[in-house]
Amino acid sequence: MRAFIIRRLFQTLITLFVVTLISFTLCMVLPGDPSLAVVGAEGASEEMIKAVRQELGLDQPIVIQYFKWLSALFSGDFGISIRTRVHVMTLFAQRLPVTLELLALGILFSLLVAIPMGILSALRPNTWVDTTGTVLAVSGVAMPQFFLGMLLILVFALWLGWLPSSGYVSPSESLVRNLLAMILPAISLGSVVAAEIMRQLRSSMLEVLNEEYVQTARAKGVAEFTVIIKHALRNALIPVVTLLGMRIGRLIGGIVIIEVVFSVPGIGRLLMNAVLFNDFPVLQTGVLLVAFAVTFINLLADISYSFLDPRIRHT
Amino acid sequence: MIFKLRPSLCFSALALAVLGVFALFETWITPYDPLAVEFLPLDPPGWKNPFGTDNLGRDVFSRFVAGARISFVVGLTSVFFAALLGILAGLTAAYFKKVQAVFMRVMDAIWAFPMLLLAMALAASLQPGIVTVIIAIALVYSPLFARLVYAQALSLLEREFILAAQAFGCKPARLLFTHVLPNLAAPVIVQATLTVGTAIVLESSLSFLGVGIQPPTPSWGVMIQTGYKWLEQAAWMSILPGMGIYVTVVSFSVLGDWLRIILDPKQLTRKV
Repeated sequence: MRAFIIRRLFQTLITLFVVTLISFTLCMVLPGDPSLAVVGAEGASEEMIKAVRQELGLDQPIVIQYFKWLSALFSGDFGISIRTRVHVMTLFAQRLPVTLELLALGILFSLLVAIPMGILSALRPNTWVDTTGTVLAVSGVAMPQFFLGMLLILVFALWLGWLPSSGYVSPSESLVRNLLAMILPAISLGSVVAAEIMRQLRSSMLEVLNEEYVQTARAKGVAEFTVIIKHALRNALIPVVTLLGMRIGRLIGGIVIIEVVFSVPGIGRLLMNAVLFNDFPVLQTGVLLVAFAVTFINLLADISYSFLDPRIRHT
Repeated sequence: MIFKLRPSLCFSALALAVLGVFALFETWITPYDPLAVEFLPLDPPGWKNPFGTDNLGRDVFSRFVAGARISFVVGLTSVFFAALLGILAGLTAAYFKKVQAVFMRVMDAIWAFPMLLLAMALAASLQPGIVTVIIAIALVYSPLFARLVYAQALSLLEREFILAAQAFGCKPARLLFTHVLPNLAAPVIVQATLTVGTAIVLESSLSFLGVGIQPPTPSWGVMIQTGYKWLEQAAWMSILPGMGIYVTVVSFSVLGDWLRIILDPKQLTRKV
């Protein structure tokens, strides 16, 4: 077990190193001169551009730039946004709570839908309940998130007028309005993962329900509800936990598009603006932090899986 | 199992055939020029324009048909290159133990980035347009194929027929491409079919965000993006392309599942 964790940790370290290389290279090939973005394309003298290039360290060889950037990262210095002249870390710290709230609500939504639907589909296989579940699951995976978001806006905001179509209200201002504004984004974000969890839970539930210990529990006269929730579901949830861990990366990817569709001022929108305005310190940091987060979550998912299922450790 | 899949399979095959015909014979099928501004803007669906017109007065159906071509071209070519890249990386890593760590860690690192974010950054780094989108999607999906090919090739390389070929003095390139690769064809084809749909979604997401296909080219993502601004007044602008993406993705995934069963009966019993 320890050897497995050490091996995975070592692999993760190498992956993270390559991640920093990719993040760095990506932004090196961004079109346009970032120094022009600082001084403005028109009316900038040669000296001004030169001074800015020196300030940003763009006049040095790329390898040196990379190591300087890397050592700055270790000391927690992520640079200054070219567009807003604010510390990148400050920008991220401001927006992180919004994105985390959206992520948490998205996961909550996917679990609230997927767990009951997955159980029902497994209990009544090949009935209309199961078919509805399958159709929903296929739709959830196939429907682009931004299109689903738009349909939700169309129906619930524009036609029915039940929920706001976009925007964000801080929870300190009004918790109710904050949650109301978050419902549609959370549904759009969680739909894909909900669909995948539903499918996974259905098949693992079906498998578990045929196990002998479930039969034994029934034979002992345990109430059916207890059999399903306490005996079957607990084991059927193991692969679901892992799946969720592995899919958080995909959820984070979806954040960008959902925040743009619903005008939520989180990290996704920040990154989108960084792309549009060529703000490479912000983009570089964002891409890097997200990839780091995903790598760590995957590592945790792997390790938790090996705790839950001993067969994995040796493969 | 195969029998049970039939209705959805028929529907998917039909849908892909229709959209494929749209993509191939775009210029003959579009009733009007997809780029020409020749009608009243925001005109609802009617006899002249069965799916209405957009904010500039272009025929939505003609743009939808032209968008089918873009989606298919991007989906198929990007997955082709992703598979090519993945196969090369996976085979090399499986055969040459020395480069294994480097190749697979690079693939892991690419996989660690959320696809959309990486594709977005890539697409923004290069000139926006169809070629960039194809390159970005191909790069982002290559680890999927690399991991698949690597895992399968590792176990194949242990098999007797490979050892026999090696004993006869078969060179690495010949060994990999004539003995190992054909045995990998089935899983790669299945994975490729399943990936085409998601690649089309990725393309439309990039175009929706403005870093993919650029307007006025009628990609489905671009159409939805424009339609989003007119959602309240003219929902028809975005519903048709959205449904186009949805149906295409469902169809490719049904087709992929069916191919999996057809090409690899072993997997069926193993999975159930």
